[in-house]
Amino acid sequence: MAVLLDKNTRLIVQGLTGREGTFHAKQAAAYGTNVVGGVTPGKGGTTHEGWPVFNSVHDAIKETGANATVIFVPPPFAADAVMEATDAGIPLAVCITEGIPVVDMLRAFTFMKEKKTRLVGPNCPGVITAGQAKAGIIPGHILREGRVGIVSKSGTLTYEAIHQLSKVGMGQTTCIGIGGDPLIGTTHIDALELFGNDPDTDAVIMIGEIGGTAEQEAAAWIKQNFSKPVVGFIAGQTAPPGRRMGHAGAIIAGGQGTAAEKMEALTKAGVHVVKSPADMGAKMREVLG
Amino acid sequence: MARFVASQEFRPYVKIHEYQAKSVLARFGVPVPRGEVISNPAEAPAVAERLGTSVVVVKAQIHAGGRGKGGGVKLAKSPDEAERIARQMIGMTLVTHQTGPEGRKVQRVLIEEGLQIERELYLSLLIDRAAGRPVIIASAAGGMDIEEVAAKEPGKILREHVDPATGVLPFQARKLAFAMGLDAGPAGKMVKVLDAIYKAFIETDASLVEINPLILTKGGDLIALDAKVTVDDNALYRHHDIREFRDLSEEDPLEVEASKFSLNYIRLDGNIGCMVNGAGLAMATMDIIKLAGGEPANFLDVGGGANAEQIKNAFRILMADKNVKAVFINIFGGILRCDVLAAGVIAAVKELGVPVPIVIRMEGTNVEEGKRMLRESKLNFTTADSMNEGAERVVALAASEVRA
Repeated sequence: MAVLLDKNTRLIVQGLTGREGTFHAKQAAAYGTNVVGGVTPGKGGTTHEGWPVFNSVHDAIKETGANATVIFVPPPFAADAVMEATDAGIPLAVCITEGIPVVDMLRAFTFMKEKKTRLVGPNCPGVITAGQAKAGIIPGHILREGRVGIVSKSGTLTYEAIHQLSKVGMGQTTCIGIGGDPLIGTTHIDALELFGNDPDTDAVIMIGEIGGTAEQEAAAWIKQNFSKPVVGFIAGQTAPPGRRMGHAGAIIAGGQGTAAEKMEALTKAGVHVVKSPADMGAKMREVLG
Repeated sequence: MARFVASQEFRPYVKIHEYQAKSVLARFGVPVPRGEVISNPAEAPAVAERLGTSVVVVKAQIHAGGRGKGGGVKLAKSPDEAERIARQMIGMTLVTHQTGPEGRKVQRVLIEEGLQIERELYLSLLIDRAAGRPVIIASAAGGMDIEEVAAKEPGKILREHVDPATGVLPFQARKLAFAMGLDAGPAGKMVKVLDAIYKAFIETDASLVEINPLILTKGGDLIALDAKVTVDDNALYRHHDIREFRDLSEEDPLEVEASKFSLNYIRLDGNIGCMVNGAGLAMATMDIIKLAGGEPANFLDVGGGANAEQIKNAFRILMADKNVKAVFINIFGGILRCDVLAAGVIAAVKELGVPVPIVIRMEGTNVEEGKRMLRESKLNFTTADSMNEGAERVVALAASEVRA
């Protein structure tokens, strides 16, 4: 089963004809994803690398029956692309674009309220379901099919977790990169809820970062609602206060949002928190036996 | 418990000076004191005379708070005194709790009219991530460090979320004003002030607007006596005016250099240089170095699409920090292939002659090819098969370099 993506996914790529869009569409197809077309305004009616290109998401859905979109549109236009996908009613939109102004996303989230599209990202590595489909940039060859779900704010740290699981002989169901921006569509809690309802997922690795309070909120939610084992890691334990670390969200905010607080909240909620990023896989092996 | 810290929730790349923040806010109708900025003290008396008040305020313009306590804000009772103070301040190194011990050199001062203060309030506007909306933070305890207020008297902190579809509604502004103990007159003015602040926030893509204090004058006016604006660097492409405000002399020269090559570099105090792809893995690498008993010299994210040229520039910037005694390269090759990384590192070391030990841990796409290239280069690399091993080795190497 897995979550968000599977063999029934029909994926379109917004920004298909750009360099990134083209490269990752091919990678997704090579991984076995059913890529059905792309959207580049002004290039509708043409084909690109064998895929039909449409002027709008509406057209693409009508012609291809797409049920998911991955967005590789440059930052100034990305929020608009998200809103267009939402307006077209697509169930899943994964926005990879990094560097979208927060005010643009504020507007997009206001627009998306009460609508049915789930957004993952922005500024994220995307989603991949082992052996089935991917939407984004996570390298498929490092995954193997298995029963652990991963939810993470960080891209390469997700790869690290996947690799560590593989080394201890464990595979994955779905890996969800939720992104490190201040405003994101799918939170840790949303992802955990999906994994909680997925019979194929036995346990979850949850990777957070300093800044904000999403991990504390997730901890409170886990305590009440989540019974599967969770292994947690928080990046930025040693970050000096008030310095920006790449993601706009990853900032220690005074007495709130530090790694220590997050780790404590998660531990209290029964999460198996590891101090070292090298221990995620081994801890999961230990927990699942 | 208060879940915010207005001054640190975001730390975008571009900060602007107080006088620039005030000019931006004034454009949207936020009332600010009359004033002029000068870099030559000889201009001070003329400015003071133009302002025409019996007292003027001379304020050092640096990108850090706590200026008052550090001697960067002074009153002058005559044009001559304004000049004397300006002469002291311009060129001085101002140390505050936000500058670090090295302080900041003052290049300009802002001279403003003196105002009769009845009360000092606090206002700020920023994004509340959990709510996914902008939030106004207000407090009757203005003029103080708001983090201190939040810690000691959390009840004095007021919060009001703003619906982006409507902006700040008049009743919300009145609600805050009355809760801060203002009368009907100033409460009416608060409606205009907050509307202007919100417009400025959205229109300039601010990540933070902080007015501390917002004063109520004896005449019943609300005026932004101090102002801090930081702008979302992702949006700078559409704000040429604000981009012009960037003051490179306020930034770390290595960080400025790194930004030219789209490298995300932050200088720290340790002696182990780090080169990593991805912000999360870069932070995790710093964590594991610390767990192994070492101290990272920097945060450096070379990004997902780094090429050989990027790697070389990254090395150059890393090594410009003379504290670096050993380098730890930790790369998980996804899009960035390990063989490309290896080629970049080999070329950089050959060209730049890196004089310190280098520990490389790489994993992912084309890792075997990358390792073979490193071996065959005959250069003095230490390779590690895991993050743990890499961290332990680099910490040991840095320690032996320090002793040597």
